[in-house]
Amino acid sequence: MRGKMVKFTIDGEETEVEQGTTILEAAQKLGIEIPTLCYHKGLTPYGACRVCLVEIIENGKTSLQASCIYKARDGLAIKTNTDRVAKTRKLMVELLLARCPDAKPVQELAEKLGVHKIRIARKNEDCLLCGLCVRMCEERMGRGAISFAHRGIRRKVEPAFDVQSDVCQTCGACYFVCPTKGIKLEEITKNRPIPIRSEFDEGLIERPSIYIPFPQAVPNYAIIDKEHCVHLQTGECKICQEFCDADAINFDQKEEVIDINVGSLILSPGFDEYDAKKKSEYGYGRYENVVTSIEFERILSASGPFQGHVLRPGDKKEAKRIAFIQCVGSRDPHAGQSYCSSVCCTYAIKEAIIAKEHAKAGLETTIFCMDIRTFGKGFESYYERAKNEYGVRFIRAGISKIDEASETKNPIVHYESEAGEIKQEEFDVVVLSVGLVPKEGTAQLAKRLRVNLNEYGFCRTSEFMPVDTIKDGIYVCGAFAGPKDIPETVTQASGAAAKAMGLLASARNTLITKKEYPPELDVLNQEPRIGVFICHCGINIGGYVDVPRVVEYTKTLSNVVYAEDNLYTCSQDTQKRIVEMIKEHKLNRVVVASCTPRTHEPLFRETIREAGLNPYLFEMANIRDQCSWIHMNEPKGAFEKAKDLVRMSVAKARLLMPLKRVEIDVVQKALVIGGGIAGMVSSLSLAEQGFEVFLVEREKELGGNLRHIYYTIEGRDVQRFLRRTIEKVKKTGLIKVFTGADIKSISGYIGNYETEISFTDGTKEEFKHGVVIVATGAQEYKPTEYLYGQDKRVITQRELEEQISNPKSQIPNPKSVVMIQCIGSRDDDHPYCSRMCCSQAVKNALKLLEVNPEANIYVLYRDVRTYGFKEDFYRNAREAGVIFIRYDDDSKPEIHSNNGKLNISVFEPILREKIELCSDLLVLSTGIEPEKDNEVLAKMLKVPLNDEGFFLEAHVKLRPVDFATEGVFVAGMAHSPKCIDEAISQAEAAVARATTIIAHDKYYAEAAVSHVNEELCVGCGICSGLCPFEAIEIVIEDTERKSKVNEALCKGCGTCVAACPSGAMEQYGFTKHQIMAMIDALEE
Amino acid sequence: MNNSKPKILVFCCNWCSYAGADLAGVSRLQIMPNFRVIRTMCSGRIEPEFVLSAFERGIDGVLITGCHPGDCHYISGNFKTLRRYYMLKLMLEQFGIDQRRLKLEWVSAGEGAKFQQVVNEFIEKIGTLGSLSL
Repeated sequence: MRGKMVKFTIDGEETEVEQGTTILEAAQKLGIEIPTLCYHKGLTPYGACRVCLVEIIENGKTSLQASCIYKARDGLAIKTNTDRVAKTRKLMVELLLARCPDAKPVQELAEKLGVHKIRIARKNEDCLLCGLCVRMCEERMGRGAISFAHRGIRRKVEPAFDVQSDVCQTCGACYFVCPTKGIKLEEITKNRPIPIRSEFDEGLIERPSIYIPFPQAVPNYAIIDKEHCVHLQTGECKICQEFCDADAINFDQKEEVIDINVGSLILSPGFDEYDAKKKSEYGYGRYENVVTSIEFERILSASGPFQGHVLRPGDKKEAKRIAFIQCVGSRDPHAGQSYCSSVCCTYAIKEAIIAKEHAKAGLETTIFCMDIRTFGKGFESYYERAKNEYGVRFIRAGISKIDEASETKNPIVHYESEAGEIKQEEFDVVVLSVGLVPKEGTAQLAKRLRVNLNEYGFCRTSEFMPVDTIKDGIYVCGAFAGPKDIPETVTQASGAAAKAMGLLASARNTLITKKEYPPELDVLNQEPRIGVFICHCGINIGGYVDVPRVVEYTKTLSNVVYAEDNLYTCSQDTQKRIVEMIKEHKLNRVVVASCTPRTHEPLFRETIREAGLNPYLFEMANIRDQCSWIHMNEPKGAFEKAKDLVRMSVAKARLLMPLKRVEIDVVQKALVIGGGIAGMVSSLSLAEQGFEVFLVEREKELGGNLRHIYYTIEGRDVQRFLRRTIEKVKKTGLIKVFTGADIKSISGYIGNYETEISFTDGTKEEFKHGVVIVATGAQEYKPTEYLYGQDKRVITQRELEEQISNPKSQIPNPKSVVMIQCIGSRDDDHPYCSRMCCSQAVKNALKLLEVNPEANIYVLYRDVRTYGFKEDFYRNAREAGVIFIRYDDDSKPEIHSNNGKLNISVFEPILREKIELCSDLLVLSTGIEPEKDNEVLAKMLKVPLNDEGFFLEAHVKLRPVDFATEGVFVAGMAHSPKCIDEAISQAEAAVARATTIIAHDKYYAEAAVSHVNEELCVGCGICSGLCPFEAIEIVIEDTERKSKVNEALCKGCGTCVAACPSGAMEQYGFTKHQIMAMIDALEE
Repeated sequence: MNNSKPKILVFCCNWCSYAGADLAGVSRLQIMPNFRVIRTMCSGRIEPEFVLSAFERGIDGVLITGCHPGDCHYISGNFKTLRRYYMLKLMLEQFGIDQRRLKLEWVSAGEGAKFQQVVNEFIEKIGTLGSLSL
């Protein structure tokens, strides 16, 4: 309901507003800027600061009035920009500035109005007497804990009788609105004010009680912290409602209990950080410059509390020397945390490098560690780069304590070096690399679901079933199943999904209803008839951009046959209206000017499709996120920009053409290459979901590397597991096993592959399939060093394991065994860690001691990388008497064969001298090498290998089992060295990803793909070389070379288009003409 | 566009920098209004001709933004942009256009504040260079 309207002019412009509106409000609606200081939208205007003065002419009389309190009346003439107004405002600001010279908003206002000198004596007060705090406390908080006291020059804000108030609720609203920040809560209140700390920023900064939890929260909505919301606690306030134009704030929302019927559960509650306060010797919580690694992560973040500057949380000074303390809450049996958290070494290195990058020059970083465990794919070379390129310092040490230099507040690290020296070193900041502990509440969750937890409170899984719990249908992934990094977590998540899909295969697609659309109108030969819908978005756009005038402007653009504004263009009603208008005005292109296409383009495309238009005849102008919201103080600039953006979108819309997503038939079968454990698990999982599988193994029998492994570190029988798996594969009708078979050729693309294999006897077989899983494994490095092959007493770990497990063992009872780690790992030829050899050595050492408890076993290592729960076995081995001696890469152990004895000499870093070990048996812990002919297969599949020769996934973290080439996936050691449970997780994960394609009989390619104008193409091949998806081929037609785009593979980046020297390439939806039209339209 | 202020064209890629620009908006981070954004799916789509034409049509500065190295939605499009960027800078010199009028920056979807900072700094920089006359 509208009240009576009044008509008047502002700066010569006639306007009409509802009676009761103030001049200030009316001006704001018109986009006329009037400065304010004591005005607040949610409070009664007060007219104290006089900064908002305007000239009011009524009945021929001119007066200066505060626009915030003066109500609009019929016939007024208001001037906001006369010399008199400017002069008086300047004087007012000068007076305010003299009173509070340090107040930032006053300084800013002075700057804006051109007040450069203060001609009056400065008072250096911290209160402007604007009364915002008093009004806020009284009107909104319902408290009245403070008020004005005294008169004249003695006037001030204070609690009653100037004694600390017990009425005050320490909400801090007075401080929040205070322009000088001069109000002191502790002087007002009897209570102790406690700031609300931002959880996302790790408490480094404060947050309000209504807030968006973090920048990319899904959904990206504000939530109310009901513990701290004044309204929910007392019924007062409601200020947020005043500012929410969408009227979206609902204080009555209650927790709801919703019942959902599901067939399977996946548990992924994640982890908590170890509470560093428990290690009191490190002073966390006592010393302000001792932070946790998660806090430091926020400090480094560009969106963090210090915008990515490497500052000390204490005094906000730039940090120049930073130390990282590893294993805080990890590998620490005294703290009840004996396992290794697996991720901290790599993340500390990452943080050290990023800190150095952010600080540009002069920042030193030191990492105090026991071992460096960079066992993940690519992590070892990252570690090397940290040392050699970035100069990160690594010190092997035990930390005794951290204390603080009292003046500088610099933390001092006290440590014992590897050689036993007691040292101390001062830093600006110490970062505690905290470990991973089970998420709070998971114990109750586990109890309710009756799944088992291990002794540390993580979910118990087995090495052969890494995503299964003991309950059928309940699966687990992520850190809940043990500490792990992002790639492994993502992999395991897909793996758990595959298990659930297998269980629920029969229910697939049973809850789907298909949507029907009207036939598409043919607009190809029509003149463009563009309809433009411009959104107010409540007042999100309308409050800053004069939308009706943008509509008027839009109507003047050629080919625009219809334009209107909507309160919310995305509302259900407006969708109906858009459909109606398309029909009524025979629109054949639609432009919506509103928010961002990233969220709303799909909705509008759907709408115009419902009206019979091709969904790609649509364009969006982003006048909210990228206009009204970022130019809130510049309504004129925002208005001009909105017009330009609409004009640019209309320019593109004129040239829009209908597009189609190419429909490709999918052969719903899979090829799995490699019959090792990964390949077999993938095949079984695919079959479980009902898909036919071709499993091709080069060897005569299935099993791969697993045939040489007999027991796991936990003591499980590998051979029995292998036998059962092979039996299952052979018995599963949907799996066609080809052993002794070589892949001859693979042709085709996603959904449509044709593969030819050949057998040793020369026979061949051909089949069709829709996806490929590469599970070709890897091989053990065959050593040439340490007399291997020359002396029978020198063997590999794998050979040792075979001997131990073979009852007719050749060396049944060695008295002295030396094991050397990193043979064929972490060297120039193999610049990566083979991940499992440390655990293998520990496993075999423990097994040898079982047979002969008297044996002397020495393990010569560089870093012991028994990550996760394997750490316990490392500790067991040490306790059982296995001696671990560290050697450096530049002083490798040496072998001397004297008088028939095998002597190994090595530099012992604690004794700091060379020692000689006499051994009956030397065991080489050999690494893993990629298969030699990976290259051949990679070429066939058009997928890349990394520098080391392993297959390279599409994205290390986000797409760990996909290739950039759609339809091809990777699992097992073809990807990188890994343990059995990891290979199984990954095999399941590859299946989950593969079934996203073969679960459908059709595949829809991207619409905005590249295509070639063959008339212009000269076949130079630049495009095909650039395409990361191998979507472009050069074909020879009638002796002419031409580019050909496979639309099924093209992802629509347009890189080839930009590179084409002859202009033959074009990207649908982003054609050269379309983009050039937008550039042309930049200028009116 | 306002004549007294430099005219800036910003190219954003759909997945990172355009999202970063949106985040600047969602976070209400204020930016000077005299820039316009053209969105492509990948910064790799940006043809040198787009940049040159923009200058020809009176734009004073062109800012190309894309995903951080390693974050490209299309694996490596941003590296190709980087290569073209260096080439384009050399070309600008030949046309007598100050190289500083073209800039490439990486902005992720989470870096609303960086988008604000990069654009404001660029606008200020171009402001000091004055308007481009060809």
